[in-house]
Amino acid sequence: MNGHTTELVVFALLFLVVSAMGFVAARWRRPKDIESLHEWGLGGRNFGSWITWFLVGGDLYTAYTFVAVPALVFSSGAIGFYALPYTVVVYPLVFLVLARMWSISHVHGFVTPADFVRARFGSPALALAIAVTGLVATMPYIALQLVGIEAVLKTMGITGHLPIIIAFAILAAYTYQSGLRAPALIAFVKDTLIYIVILAAVIYIPAKLGGWGSVFDAAAAKFAKTPAPADGITLTSANQFQYITLALGSALALFLYPHSLTGVLASKNRGVIKRNMAALPAYSFLLGLIALLGFMAIAAGTKPVMGANGKADPNTIVPALFDQMFPDWFAGVAYAAVGIGALVPAAIMSIAAANLFTRNIYREYLNKDASDAQEAKVSKLVSLVVKVGAVLCILLLDPQFSIDLQLIGGVIILQTLPSVALGLYTRWFHKGGLIAGWALGLLSGMWMLYLIPNPANGKAHFGGSAFALSNFGFDTKATLYAGFLALIVNLVVAVLGTLLFRALKVADGEDSTKQDEYFADEGDPRVKEMDLTGSH
Amino acid sequence: MTTREPGQARSDRSPWNWLLVLPIVLPLLTFLFNADEPRLFGFPLFYWLQIAFIIVGVACTTIVYRMTK
Repeated sequence: MNGHTTELVVFALLFLVVSAMGFVAARWRRPKDIESLHEWGLGGRNFGSWITWFLVGGDLYTAYTFVAVPALVFSSGAIGFYALPYTVVVYPLVFLVLARMWSISHVHGFVTPADFVRARFGSPALALAIAVTGLVATMPYIALQLVGIEAVLKTMGITGHLPIIIAFAILAAYTYQSGLRAPALIAFVKDTLIYIVILAAVIYIPAKLGGWGSVFDAAAAKFAKTPAPADGITLTSANQFQYITLALGSALALFLYPHSLTGVLASKNRGVIKRNMAALPAYSFLLGLIALLGFMAIAAGTKPVMGANGKADPNTIVPALFDQMFPDWFAGVAYAAVGIGALVPAAIMSIAAANLFTRNIYREYLNKDASDAQEAKVSKLVSLVVKVGAVLCILLLDPQFSIDLQLIGGVIILQTLPSVALGLYTRWFHKGGLIAGWALGLLSGMWMLYLIPNPANGKAHFGGSAFALSNFGFDTKATLYAGFLALIVNLVVAVLGTLLFRALKVADGEDSTKQDEYFADEGDPRVKEMDLTGSH
Repeated sequence: MTTREPGQARSDRSPWNWLLVLPIVLPLLTFLFNADEPRLFGFPLFYWLQIAFIIVGVACTTIVYRMTK
């Protein structure tokens, strides 16, 4: 075939073993009846600290980490390192918020953020908005995982769309069969593989390249030669605020995604969540070092693989580096780690999106008397549909960097922050104000994304997530993360709207949650009552 | 919260929670670390200091968890 036979064999073998595990997972910690949404979608909500750590880590460290971040570091330098402060900031930020979410969800039997919003603000319309937003925002994020698998396959000399179709058929099949149990079990294998590969990479590759110092020097030399003003191994005045808003915006967005919440809700008690918030940053060390693979590729003179359009595909930079530096068999292991690292979160994301559809759209609007078995069935089908939607995202959106797929998802999901995250703390907002803020935040976000061109392929719109302040008439090269600006619009409108609706005495929805339910923990009699029919 | 008296309202309020602000704000102050020198093990300041902030994050969250459980 080509010079990649060994890599291909190792990759395929590991992949098959993991797929088999996915099917076995259906029997693991077997419940009496998997045909209910709680069992299929939340693994029975019984996971302790270790499983939760692997599960939540599993959906946070994805193709985003292994493909998209190093590709950005390779192309633009320091700006791509925002992924590190992002993962430092996120855990203390959500430490208290997620514990509240766990409690209120377990008292009321909420499976999705939209369930919570519906009960908290007594507004089916707002809940529908939150559900649709979560569903749409997840698709570009899953698309990024597809891009990651594609990058690995491209580097092994396989081109076209066939390999992705096969990979996703396997994923779809075992997600369909086992629900959340499949990714939870596979997460162990994935993280073990990834730790081995990354430790090897960050010790072996820099040593081969003459030490970390010369890696950074090579990167600095490369960026000094390029005409672009915003690259380099440190930040410039043009991208400093973009760095800050990307890190903070991404941190605020992360646990708003329905899939991040799935892993959190599946944990056994509040303590498991809080312990995990302290332990999850262990992954951040790796993340920082993985990001620097982009610089190692510069120092090693790695060339990304040419895409079908004759242009180099920067997403292939890490796989190409592994191909260049590692012996073939180990490159195969590394590819399997990246490939499985994309499949696990893709499975978790599609399950979460499916739960969202079933609970908040299907049962709310299409079949009010759905049985547990019907719900599980619809969820399974929708999880397939969501994967198809992700493929469409790749075809329709074509940003300069694959990381922008995730960041565009972020622009969308951030608009649920006032209702979901602030809603956990305060009932001050009026449902009308929240809906208005959500709508205008989303509109302004889409408008900003529309104005962002892609210099790499000459397209004028939807080319990234860095919004130039010169669009507002400022005389500056500075850019900001569009999602952050859209969130500010959202918050301002939500506050003004709330004041206006209150002044006009417009009726507000009823809050069916109680203050002390936000602190309920395992052992509390209310927590044990799972409300499967959802008659809040 | 373990020492909660019967009848006392549940809450997650604690002065220890303020410690969480440090790892949220510190990594966003780019003027603290946006420089090449001084280097540590070949890493420019920009990189090693931000990696060091992970330890600040873990320490603060662990302390808050222990003191409020």
